[in-house]
Amino acid sequence: MNVLRIENIQAYYQSTLYGIARNVRAVDGVSLDLHADEIYGIAGESSCGKTTLIKVMFGAVEPPLTIVGGKVLYQLDGNHIDVTQADAETLRQLRWKQVSYILQGSMSLLNPVRKIRKTFWDFTKAHEPTIEPAKFEATTRGHLDRLGLPAEVLDSYPHQLSGGMKQRVAIALATIFQPKVILADEPTTALDVVVQRGVLQLLRRIQQETKNTLVIVTHDMGIHANIAHRVGIMYAGRLVEEGRVREIFGEPLHPYTRHLIQSLPAIGDKSERQGIPGAPPNLADPPPGCRFHPRCPYAKPICSIEAPQLTTIADGRRIACFLAAKENANVS
Amino acid sequence: MRSRMRVISDLYRHDPRCRFALSVIFIVVIFALLSLVSPYDPGSSYYAPPSLPPSREHPFGTNSRGQDIFWLMTFAVRNSLTFGILTAFLSRIIAIFVGLTSGYKGGIVDRIMMVINDSFVVLPVLPILILINFIMRGQMGLMELAMIMALFGWAWDARLIRSQVLSLKEREFTFTSVFSGTNTARILLSEHLPFVTPIVLSTTINNLLWAIGMEVTLAVLGLSNIGIPTIGTTIYWANQHQALISGVWWWLAAPVAISVLLFIALYLLVVGLGTYLDPRTRIQRMKGALSDERA
Amino acid sequence: MPRSFLSYIAQRAVQCVLVILIGITITFFIPRLSPTDPVETAVNQAVMVGQFSHPDAVREMKEALIRLYGLDGTLLQQYVRFWKGLLAGDLGPSLSSFPKPVMTLIRGSLPWTAGLLLTTAVISWTLGNLLGSLAGYYKNQRWASIVGIIAMALHPIPYYIMAFVLVVLLAYVVPIFPIGGAIDIGLKPAFSIVYLSSLLRHAILPSLSLLLVGVGGWFLGMRTLVTNVIAEDYVTYAKYAGVRDRVIMYQYVMRNALLPQITGLAMQLGLIFNGALITEYVFSYPGLGYLAYNAIFAGDYSLIMGVAVFSIVGVSIAVLLIDLAYPLFDPRVKYQ
Repeated sequence: MNVLRIENIQAYYQSTLYGIARNVRAVDGVSLDLHADEIYGIAGESSCGKTTLIKVMFGAVEPPLTIVGGKVLYQLDGNHIDVTQADAETLRQLRWKQVSYILQGSMSLLNPVRKIRKTFWDFTKAHEPTIEPAKFEATTRGHLDRLGLPAEVLDSYPHQLSGGMKQRVAIALATIFQPKVILADEPTTALDVVVQRGVLQLLRRIQQETKNTLVIVTHDMGIHANIAHRVGIMYAGRLVEEGRVREIFGEPLHPYTRHLIQSLPAIGDKSERQGIPGAPPNLADPPPGCRFHPRCPYAKPICSIEAPQLTTIADGRRIACFLAAKENANVS
Repeated sequence: MRSRMRVISDLYRHDPRCRFALSVIFIVVIFALLSLVSPYDPGSSYYAPPSLPPSREHPFGTNSRGQDIFWLMTFAVRNSLTFGILTAFLSRIIAIFVGLTSGYKGGIVDRIMMVINDSFVVLPVLPILILINFIMRGQMGLMELAMIMALFGWAWDARLIRSQVLSLKEREFTFTSVFSGTNTARILLSEHLPFVTPIVLSTTINNLLWAIGMEVTLAVLGLSNIGIPTIGTTIYWANQHQALISGVWWWLAAPVAISVLLFIALYLLVVGLGTYLDPRTRIQRMKGALSDERA
Repeated sequence: MPRSFLSYIAQRAVQCVLVILIGITITFFIPRLSPTDPVETAVNQAVMVGQFSHPDAVREMKEALIRLYGLDGTLLQQYVRFWKGLLAGDLGPSLSSFPKPVMTLIRGSLPWTAGLLLTTAVISWTLGNLLGSLAGYYKNQRWASIVGIIAMALHPIPYYIMAFVLVVLLAYVVPIFPIGGAIDIGLKPAFSIVYLSSLLRHAILPSLSLLLVGVGGWFLGMRTLVTNVIAEDYVTYAKYAGVRDRVIMYQYVMRNALLPQITGLAMQLGLIFNGALITEYVFSYPGLGYLAYNAIFAGDYSLIMGVAVFSIVGVSIAVLLIDLAYPLFDPRVKYQ
């Protein structure tokens, strides 16, 4: 069952400064479906439009970011809401109760001059304006307890907490109303490996208990392998490959996906890691055709002329590459 | 040099505040330069009928001492500007030295320097300057006054320069330089100074404003060399001759109007420069990369 | 009490002592290192107006002045004596109102300066920060940019020029307010409407000139700070979570943007104090600034010295008080 359908969304950063107009095509024609009770990973190098995509999914579009086309359609409790068209009040009601967004920057998501309890109070009060302090205290403590967080954090200021604890508190804040969809942007990036594991376990536990949809955006393929059910690979503002996690890692089809996976270290493997030559394109002036072709070792003439469409090649498997699609067609 | 012209033309074209500021500053500088072709000596008096209101012959009128205010003001503005630039330049030497060393050396040197620095920031300078000028009354030229002002006017700017260095210090090229054995002085001058230049520039203009304003203050208290025409001493003489009460308001209007315009213009230039040099706008301006993905 | 808090207080106290030490030492050495001798100047002045003519009388006066100014003995002896006098609250007698002690004159002027400075600093800081926050938060509103333009036009004007323009416009051309003084002549201090209204009427223009410059500065600073804080992750997070606008504005944005402004107030107090001094001169407002001006006029070296010394001590202590209040607003100093 779908909870969210994204149709050919285009979101550009449009700005003019000192007479120079810019149009950065951060998300350029992405379509994807999110199901209930799943963890969907969005992967790709930095500046490939991951964060922009997640913002668009949350309806958090403010200038210079502009929706140029497409739909972001939530299907929750029988209601259909397109967040690209929704007014402020609709968005307000959708957010936090139904859809939460843990933004990037775990170290700075909490107001440094406010006690954690007050922040929980602000966040709760925003959607339940009539809540009694006693009831608030009980629900908040219960919520923290379920997530395995000590109630003492409520009396702390952010700077008194460790990095991992801050991120857990941020996650707890995002889940006070048990939302149907949780969007998490690089939830573990600034943390060390041991703490990362704890935070990932917490996210997985929340997802398993509430059977909701968790979207994790990260450049770290290891995390996707670890936690995601399905993975979408983004490159230069476009989705280039999508599939179940086992398929993506077992049989990557897009040359870019292969590169991402090859750059992962494996236990016992002593061979040198191969980086991808070149750098991601400037999205204000992307290359014609397939945006990956200047870096692609298998590029053919057509790749620099025509952009490959994201096509379904098997159940739940989509790819945007001339080469891989043909290969696959030949095999099957 | 070409890039510097580029900055000025960019500011002029795209920022209305800067367009105003640069135009006013240009006019004021031309006005000051007119002193070079003045038909009258600023020291002489009673060469014109006293207390004439503005007319075609005397655009700003004449004062009660029979001086043409227009030509007198060209000297006054020139001297005030020269004085301000001199003070700003001299205090820059201290500010850059303290800011760079403190920021670069860090540790105990930084802490000691900053405690001293902050003392100078907090110190109420006016009473001290009044004391100095009172004791040396009439014996100081603008050069001497500029030197003394410079001794008191560097601290705030040194602080800003230091914080700029601190943010640069973490950058890669410093480590590269350190590991390749470049000595401290070389790193400071060749690697950091170019990045510190923008902040030095804007603090210089601020310091210039402060110096000219302080000269006016000391002059109206009768504490500067009242024989040298400046914006401040012009006001001083007008007050001495009860210009307002005797109805010679144009004697005061000229220095007040010119200084207000000049102050606003210089300040707007600092603001415009700040916006232009802000790393965030700078990145957006310079490259089209997806630098604001997160913004 | 946590260690970081104690070390913060210790650090601020050391800073305060150091400002006083540096400032007082500078004022001590100025007359002693200057090429002109204050005694010589005073004597010459006296001779010139024909007060003394006999060489013996001149010599006697010289010696008296040297003793009076504390210029006898070695430099170290003088320095120690200087501090001793200072710590005992003794700044010597004033020359122009001999033998009235300088300290008595300062004590008489202090309430006026303190009153003017305190009210204008508090009002301009509060008003500037409030307006600045709103203008930064509602950046695209028309009124915000208009207030911004006014602030940019007022802020760079030096205190003297601002005071002068106001006195010309509002006391001379359109005589709404008194041209100077602190109270109508002959009015005895009393807790009456007449007295208080006279007090207020005289205080309005000097306060206004300090306010116009001050509000502009705080406004512009706060507007920039708020624009930066708005971009902080914790503000975005709260916004996305639907936290109400007022709460975000006051508790998330303003509370954080205010912190540098508190430090800023401490840092700029010296400058504001300078402004108050010169404003008092323009309005003949009987505070320390006016006292200093009369001292210059009367050639009263010891009084000028006294005003300088007292200003340094006063401002340093005021700065220390602001610094000590800072932890009340920033939990990162209070709890570690």
